[in-house]
Amino acid sequence: MAKISLEKVKHSYLAQPTAPEDYALKQIDAEWQDGGAYALLGPSGCGKTTLLNIISGLLVPSQGRVLFNDADVTQVPTTDRHIAQVFQFPVVYDTMTVFDNLAFPLRNRGIAEAKVQKRVQEIAGMLDLESSLRRRASGLTMDGKQKISLGRGLVRDDVNVIMFDEPLTVIDPHLKWRLRSKLKELHKRLGLTMIYVTHDQTEALTFADQVVVMYDGTVVQVGTPVELFEHPNHTFVGHFIGSPGMNILPCEVENGTVRCAGHAVQTASSGRPGSDAEKTEIGVRPEFVRFDDHGFPVEIIKVDDLGRYRIVEVRYEDQRVKMIVEEDLSIPSESARISFDPAATRIYADGWVVN
Amino acid sequence: MTKTTNHKAWYFVVPVVVLVAFNALIPLMTVVNYSVQETFGDNVFFWEGVKWFEDVLNSDRFHAAFLRQLAFTGMILAIEVPLGIGVALSMPRKGPWVSVCLVLMALPLLIPWNVVGAMWNIFALPDIGLLGRGINALGIDYNFTQQPVSAWMTTVLMDVWHWTSLVVLLAYAGLCSIPDAYYQAAKIDGASAWSVFWRIQLPKLKRVLTIAILLRFMDSFMIYTEPFVLTGGGPGNTTTFLSIDLVKIALGQFDLGPAAAMSLIYFFIVLLVCWIFYTLMMRNEEQ
Repeated sequence: MAKISLEKVKHSYLAQPTAPEDYALKQIDAEWQDGGAYALLGPSGCGKTTLLNIISGLLVPSQGRVLFNDADVTQVPTTDRHIAQVFQFPVVYDTMTVFDNLAFPLRNRGIAEAKVQKRVQEIAGMLDLESSLRRRASGLTMDGKQKISLGRGLVRDDVNVIMFDEPLTVIDPHLKWRLRSKLKELHKRLGLTMIYVTHDQTEALTFADQVVVMYDGTVVQVGTPVELFEHPNHTFVGHFIGSPGMNILPCEVENGTVRCAGHAVQTASSGRPGSDAEKTEIGVRPEFVRFDDHGFPVEIIKVDDLGRYRIVEVRYEDQRVKMIVEEDLSIPSESARISFDPAATRIYADGWVVN
Repeated sequence: MTKTTNHKAWYFVVPVVVLVAFNALIPLMTVVNYSVQETFGDNVFFWEGVKWFEDVLNSDRFHAAFLRQLAFTGMILAIEVPLGIGVALSMPRKGPWVSVCLVLMALPLLIPWNVVGAMWNIFALPDIGLLGRGINALGIDYNFTQQPVSAWMTTVLMDVWHWTSLVVLLAYAGLCSIPDAYYQAAKIDGASAWSVFWRIQLPKLKRVLTIAILLRFMDSFMIYTEPFVLTGGGPGNTTTFLSIDLVKIALGQFDLGPAAAMSLIYFFIVLLVCWIFYTLMMRNEEQ
């Protein structure tokens, strides 16, 4: 087990990167505490897998350092980093039994057979694989195979971190939930550092204590699920997390007053964007938009009834705003006035929050 | 539920039946016809029963040709399969050299059999051929037209040169289809290069290798043109494989009865081996 730190890590798949767009990872400084459950969340192609492969040592970053417990391991090969990784598609050694699969990492490291037996039995017990230990691994179902991939990581007692690269992609939906709870349970029980890569916010928010949101090669925010929801640092986080995502509306700032389409808006941001900001916006989650006779006028264009609440889409000028409305509240027809909860409305300058 | 029967549908099958009849069934039945009768020409036939089959199965000549055939097929399989896997493993997986390697590998497969035989014949001639002169220049007495060992060596070498590429291409395709995650997982599990080969690559290659072995078995077991052009079955009868012997009996001696019986036995051996292969393959799939 270990604390993992990334110092100014940059990576490009090109031999001679010049422009910032050449980098798959622009600049990452991150610290992963020992025993933490982290999720790496971001859209496809944002550099999640690259970052994961840099931690596991399958890739050496173009620049920067990777530290395990403050020791530099940037150039240390995968085998010596004592990490475990579960891939998107289950990796099992077809010709071996489930037992031999689980024992494989231990036997490769020359561990005594008696200890191998004990460890494999123990891990098989945790993963509910005891009954199939003597079977050939190739005959198992997808979730069984994925458990073996995970088990091969768990058997070693020297693992620094277990990394999951979208491990539930090929698992049937009704088994996903079970496997995810299993992971959570194992994390509590073993206290291992776990990093879970996914593009599914539900998976990330239910698994992790800390969610690292990545966008376009950079980490835009690290925080608990609640922090990400209540205080998004970046418009991307606001938009990506939450369903529906945060409303991002262009605004003008004049003499300290924030205006949206000519209407003054109160915000929680006490600061104001610098004059060099190219784009100023306000962000407010649909949960904090409400009908208000003193607000500014909008036109209602769509109402989606989701049972417990309704999502109302309204329009002013060419901007669309989504709002969540309690089921028992009546919705005005066509035109209405809305306002934003000042405590949950923030200013964003060029995408980044102004506090 | 009532089933609609429409016998007119059978007409659609007729063209295929006619085609198969003329290119396979009727010629085969002619062979069957010859195999149970004796003829002296002029379309006069005498019934002989299974006499020709007994004769062939009991003849030392057939046994010798059969053993030579087994030895040849065994040798080329033992060389071409491991060599093919080895070459495929050492070929680049990406980059500009991939297409260069693939074209080089495909070249021998594009050369007609008789050309391969003629090429090697000239190449290996001890007085004018590059290979023949080269070996003799090393101080080794080599003459494939007179020495059985040299003749065998040349024939096997020629087949290896001509057909290893097939195994290489199949194995290479198999290797390319193994996802990267397997290699990464193996690294993480601390597997040695040998383990990676034995536990990942070879099991994943099993299916293509079965096909490669089956193809190479059938082709080499029925080989005719290349050794016929290279050695003509000689020196003596030392490289007379089954098909060469068969042609000698049928067209050289004009013993149509025994030749027909031998053809059928030959055919059933190939069929039997293919059936065994197929059954083993299917059984492995089920597991």
